[in-house]
Amino acid sequence: MGELNTAMIERYRNSFLKEVEANVEEGEWVKMCMQCGVCSGSCPLGKFWEHPPQEIFMMIRAGKREAVLQSESVWMCTSCYNCIVRCPRELPITHIMHGLAHYAKRLGLVPKTNPTAKFAQMFWDNLMVKGRVNELKLGLALYFMNGFGDGIKVALKNQKLGMAMMKTGRMNPKEAFGGHAVKDLAGFHKVLKKAQELEDARIAQNGPSAGA
Amino acid sequence: MAKREYSFYPGCSSQKGASSSNYLISVQTMCEELEVQLNEIPDWNCCAASIGYAGGGELPRLTLSARNIALSEQHHPGQDIVATCAACWLSTREAAERLHEDQSLLAECNTALAEAGLKLRNETPIKHMAEVLIEDLGYEALKARVKKPLEGIKIAGYVGCQTNRPFGIAGESYENPKYLDKLVETLGGDSIPDYEKKVQCCGGALAFSEPEKSQEMVKGIIEAAYDHGADLIVTPCPVCQMNVEVYQDQINQTYGTKFQMPVVYYSTLMAVAYGRSAKDAALNGQIIPAKALDALAAK
Repeated sequence: MGELNTAMIERYRNSFLKEVEANVEEGEWVKMCMQCGVCSGSCPLGKFWEHPPQEIFMMIRAGKREAVLQSESVWMCTSCYNCIVRCPRELPITHIMHGLAHYAKRLGLVPKTNPTAKFAQMFWDNLMVKGRVNELKLGLALYFMNGFGDGIKVALKNQKLGMAMMKTGRMNPKEAFGGHAVKDLAGFHKVLKKAQELEDARIAQNGPSAGA
Repeated sequence: MAKREYSFYPGCSSQKGASSSNYLISVQTMCEELEVQLNEIPDWNCCAASIGYAGGGELPRLTLSARNIALSEQHHPGQDIVATCAACWLSTREAAERLHEDQSLLAECNTALAEAGLKLRNETPIKHMAEVLIEDLGYEALKARVKKPLEGIKIAGYVGCQTNRPFGIAGESYENPKYLDKLVETLGGDSIPDYEKKVQCCGGALAFSEPEKSQEMVKGIIEAAYDHGADLIVTPCPVCQMNVEVYQDQINQTYGTKFQMPVVYYSTLMAVAYGRSAKDAALNGQIIPAKALDALAAK
């Protein structure tokens, strides 16, 4: 994806804001931010953000492209929607953060060790296999996302919890073999493949070859 | 009274052997008592929740929900969709609204759906079960079925995030929703309207990727319930239920607390209040047993 990143820098050289407006889900709202800071004060994980939402919006306007797209901050959203319902100008902040995170991923700019970026990708990959989430496989993938040694430690730490979930019928080891799935899996995959093609085509339109 | 029928979107976590399978069982019991018929959307798929955005771009994510709505419109025409999971409801309703606002996205969505012979009309209201109970049925109808009032049981109504924002229940505020408290009172229990953590985030999906940060928030949610003298916490959301119930051992280890606070679904409360068995109320799905409800169900 390094190529796409270079292409986007080339095309939007003078305006990161325009790049965000054209390529980030709900990005056209960014310029409406009035810098009141209600979002930053409302965020449950606000204290952990290197750049809270209000700051991210100003950084976009100031052209701080790498600082925004390589930031851990855009991966800190719990999707609680506090910021959305409180924003005086009704910016869909939650969606903009998801959009920025997805755009950073598409460009290959995600910080390598960010746990939420990894987990979010695993979640998507997991559901795309059978059309439904396989919680057991997702859980195991999560344990081992930082390598085998670390995975064993995490798995042991969570062993008691796993046993309790199984005992109450809320986790099923049999899900490791097959597991729940949509019946028309071929149709499901065809639909999602087409959706991805259409999405890719729209992105290509925004690229440098679109003949600006 | 004629049965009310809804097109039902149960969601991944409610499936057999999944983390909120107990939610589904108690919902089915509750609906039997309320003469609500749930018609499962045939062959529904995952909605991508609020964490699918890393891999899933806008159109693929919207298409997931569009497929479910299209299947519902094909097989259960005229029936409102109802979801029990907050994330399922939110994703589906958000997708429907986005596709209403953006006709070019809708056209692309339908091009994708046509690959499986499906078409989205996008005319279906999408509700959370809490809306069905409170808006469609109403507190009076919910009260009429009570056989075993939850007398003397003090219950903290933990609404959480996604059942409350950005859509919520008609007439309720985002900052201080009262419908869970009213529901608790309707069932004869003691509510805690000034439970200050009622809309505090539990961390959602970040409970998995950022467990320390999430558990710090969960600690506050449980602590406040204890401060108010609660016997248990009730919630309408499977993510809230799981995050607040199942990590209490780990929180106790980290913080030296001695939490042992049961966290149940509203549907479990209702199944017990309506006189059904512990099994029908899915009380056997509690990792931290809700002893007050076990005792009442056994009476």
